[in-house]
Amino acid sequence: MHELGITQNLLKLALQYAEPAGATKITGLYLVIGELSSVMDDSVQFYWDFVSRDTLAAGATLHFERVRATFECQECQTVFGRNEHYICPACGSRRVRIASGEEFYLKSIEVEE
Amino acid sequence: MPQIPVIKDIMSANDQLASAVRQQLDAAGTLALNIMASPGAGKTSILTRTVDGLKDEFNLAALDGDVVMVDVEKIAQTGIQVALVNTGGNCHLDANMVHAALPSLDLTGVDLLLVENVGNLICPAAFELGTHYNVVIASVAEGDDKPYKYPAMYRGADVLILNKIDMLHYQDFNMDYFRHGVEVLNPGVSFLPLSAKTGEGVDAWLDWVRSAIIQKRGR
Repeated sequence: MHELGITQNLLKLALQYAEPAGATKITGLYLVIGELSSVMDDSVQFYWDFVSRDTLAAGATLHFERVRATFECQECQTVFGRNEHYICPACGSRRVRIASGEEFYLKSIEVEE
Repeated sequence: MPQIPVIKDIMSANDQLASAVRQQLDAAGTLALNIMASPGAGKTSILTRTVDGLKDEFNLAALDGDVVMVDVEKIAQTGIQVALVNTGGNCHLDANMVHAALPSLDLTGVDLLLVENVGNLICPAAFELGTHYNVVIASVAEGDDKPYKYPAMYRGADVLILNKIDMLHYQDFNMDYFRHGVEVLNPGVSFLPLSAKTGEGVDAWLDWVRSAIIQKRGR
């Protein structure tokens, strides 16, 4: 349920950018969220409808761009998806590192002027 | 329709408040630790061990994120200043709650503030509090697969304690599997296995805290 706090942060950020631009309404938010950040789209959407009420962003559509978690092998450079052992499926090396999936940002907002 | 580029971390409103908390702590010369773990991993036991081990050398205080006073009372029995951050059933502390609770403590002369987060391995990881270090407590009783299930929490740790090592004989806990998961997520993180119950390994933890306090004073 930490999505409530996250959604409140999201609203503040969007308003911070919309107000100085003279926007009369925010119609869309474009989010980039990595798999490792443990945030559920449905849950953010659910809270969004409540927290955005009576603001410039009321009724705005949330667009989620999900980024898959990937790991990169430090031995053979194979990039692979999350598995339960964090071991390279190509060469069996244990020397692997996170390559993507931690993204957690607001890319842009769509507004009416 | 016009697009306005943002490209900013979603948590930036929280992070601004976290900076305000950090400024207050730094102004008072107080080192603060954000202690995170699942429910029952031993946050309060380790906190009281820490207080017992360091209260003669340093001035300590604690903030406890909870809905009831049980843990606050346990901490208060150690004789240090403690305040409850009432989370109202929330699953994590955020910078706003800590910012609001700080005035209830007198930080003058306080060397170390222990912030006990809500017992949860997912939600607290998303919220910076303004503290200086994230201390994550895992425990043998939870099993060895937690770094694979809750990567964000392990990723953000500055120190990882593994509590309840006195239970290693009774539990199928594969230390190699656990440590590999930690190493992939957080290469080189300080790893401190200990038992708050028997006291084994507690000295290494106290030494870590001592050096962090001294390093902070030196700045």
